Amino acid sequence: MAAAFSNVSAFVRRAPRGGDPHRNLTLDYADDLRLFRGPWRKLGLALLVFLYLWIPGYFSLYVLGVLTLCGVYAIGAVGLNLLTGYAGQVSLGHAFFFGAGAYAAAYLGADRQWPLLAYLLAAAAIGFVVGAVIGPFALRLRGNYLVIVTLGLVFLGEHLWKNWESVTGGGTGASVKAAPTSIGTWNFKDLNVGGVGYQKEQSLFWLVWAVVAVVVIVAKNLVRSRAGRAMQAVRDRDLSAEVIGVNLARYKVGAFAWSSALAGLSGALYGVVTERVEVSIFNLFLSITFVAMVIIGGVGTIFGSVLGALLVFGGQQLISQNSSFFLFDPLIQSSPTDNGLFSIGEFNNILFGLFIVLFLLFEPRGLAALWLRAKTWFLTWPFSY
Amino acid sequence: MSAQVLVVITSTDLFRTLVSGLALGCKYALVALGFVIVFKATGVINFAHASFVLVGGYMTFNAASTWGWSFYLALLFAMAAGAALGMLIEALVLRRMVGEAPFTLVMVTIGILFILDNVVTAIWGPDPQNLGDPWTTVRQFGDVPVADKDLWTIGFTAVVLVVFFLFFRYSTLGLAMRATALDQEAAMAQGISPRVIYRVSWGIAGTVAALAGAVLSAGSVALYPGVGLIALVAFPAMILGGLDSPLGAVVGGIIIGLVQQLTSLYGPEYLRWFGHGFELVSPYLVMIIILLVRPYGLFGTKEVRRV
Repeated sequence: MAAAFSNVSAFVRRAPRGGDPHRNLTLDYADDLRLFRGPWRKLGLALLVFLYLWIPGYFSLYVLGVLTLCGVYAIGAVGLNLLTGYAGQVSLGHAFFFGAGAYAAAYLGADRQWPLLAYLLAAAAIGFVVGAVIGPFALRLRGNYLVIVTLGLVFLGEHLWKNWESVTGGGTGASVKAAPTSIGTWNFKDLNVGGVGYQKEQSLFWLVWAVVAVVVIVAKNLVRSRAGRAMQAVRDRDLSAEVIGVNLARYKVGAFAWSSALAGLSGALYGVVTERVEVSIFNLFLSITFVAMVIIGGVGTIFGSVLGALLVFGGQQLISQNSSFFLFDPLIQSSPTDNGLFSIGEFNNILFGLFIVLFLLFEPRGLAALWLRAKTWFLTWPFSY
Repeated sequence: MSAQVLVVITSTDLFRTLVSGLALGCKYALVALGFVIVFKATGVINFAHASFVLVGGYMTFNAASTWGWSFYLALLFAMAAGAALGMLIEALVLRRMVGEAPFTLVMVTIGILFILDNVVTAIWGPDPQNLGDPWTTVRQFGDVPVADKDLWTIGFTAVVLVVFFLFFRYSTLGLAMRATALDQEAAMAQGISPRVIYRVSWGIAGTVAALAGAVLSAGSVALYPGVGLIALVAFPAMILGGLDSPLGAVVGGIIIGLVQQLTSLYGPEYLRWFGHGFELVSPYLVMIIILLVRPYGLFGTKEVRRV
């Protein structure tokens, strides 16, 4: 039977004059496995690589700093999307795991002088373990109860960070400035390649977005694998998933563990980039920001999370830098004497809330859905309806 | 252990703490009652309830202090405004989201929370204000001092609970709400409109939230935008009692209030290991422990499902 099918597919693949069929159709399993299928995706990949190399030389150091932090948040958002978008387990506790990673970087990197790769991996491992400890709650509780328990986790976490002073520095926070940032001869705070020296912001941009690329590829492959399909089955209906042989305990706890591992990694990078870890960052607002990134980017799409991080964090920075922009000017009070309804922070938060509500009302699958719809329209042309 | 100054905790201290814990618990209970009404009727965990509480506090303040109305009139006005706000939010947003996944609903209400909280800050400013309540005296019962505002809080909670009980037990609308919560399709077949039920329950939640807001921000310079965040502590109370039980909300609230005040009394001496300010997070710890033992709270409806 299999042989017959391979014959058919070979027949279909062989276009009349030996070329490929003019559409990028999925004809056999090998096609399905390919990550960058077809010329358009390869072109897109080349474009991304080009942007990665070109951006640090073109934009100002301030913009690079913002983009770098976007990358940091993107890693955490991908992690949360694995948990919420793919495994269907809701969590408002992401800030807690993020904080665990950040303090791991401060303690292991700055205090203990572990090398860069070692403390990044250790932060991810700590996130993994903490997530695996919290994960069993998801077996006992579902939906709304899980939301509130993970909400409690953020408050308990804040208390822990404030009081565990020997590791976290308590209320004053911990410095990550002294943490090593070199891999081999490449120091990512002062990169020097082929005799050309680069600024700290440029070097960190390359470091963070390289990690983003690795995380995105791993996550993309994870969700295409057996584990990913099992997670999606759990999301769609956990009872049916169990019936068809998915081990619920394993995948629910696993999703929590992997998602927190990414949050830990993201937190550690946050520490490296901002050089300072303070307890006030890891609050409920951060958790909600992560969820907003996932929702606005697109629930259940990996690249959507990256888009969401760029839009949510980048957008907030853009507005606070351009408060006198003519559209916002009547609304924002940028100095005590200026006319305007809201302060910048208030305006940003209102916009943030408005974005969440509007996306959930009108485009519940986020930015990614807009892109996918446009793509489908072109792919199915001339039968686009 | 190094030598510590042991604070002697007298029985008066204990009584005072129990009374203040009861009052604090009733504040949480009032907030939690609003959460529970909306959850029972519509299945939405309404984070925006915290900002309803805040709006209620500021409405009372605005009518009583800025417009110079009598305080109780201002309170009634704030409750009416709260009802209107609740119904408005339901009509504008939640009406369109019926049947969505629980988490989507939670996130929508979080979005509304952000909008409302920041609009409130923009209108009334970030500085603490005097609510303008007349509950300033402190009475002596034996040697236990009890603040007037605590008595009012306990009284309000009791009244609301009784009114809820009578309303759900004896009124037609209350019966319709119970029927809808039990089985929406069967209720519709009996001619009950879920739309009306949804709107009414959001209105009731807004009313109770305004009352809770006034009670939470009573006292000197106790009204500030952070009051909305205090309201989030009502979540453990609500979860503890079970999401869909009004009585559970009150019992849960009182438990949480007592736990919080008792940990702040005994914490510095016996719970040193838990660190400074433990009373602020102890409700969450209690909530997590109780949920592990009883996943549907103390009085919640058990969902029968096995995996």
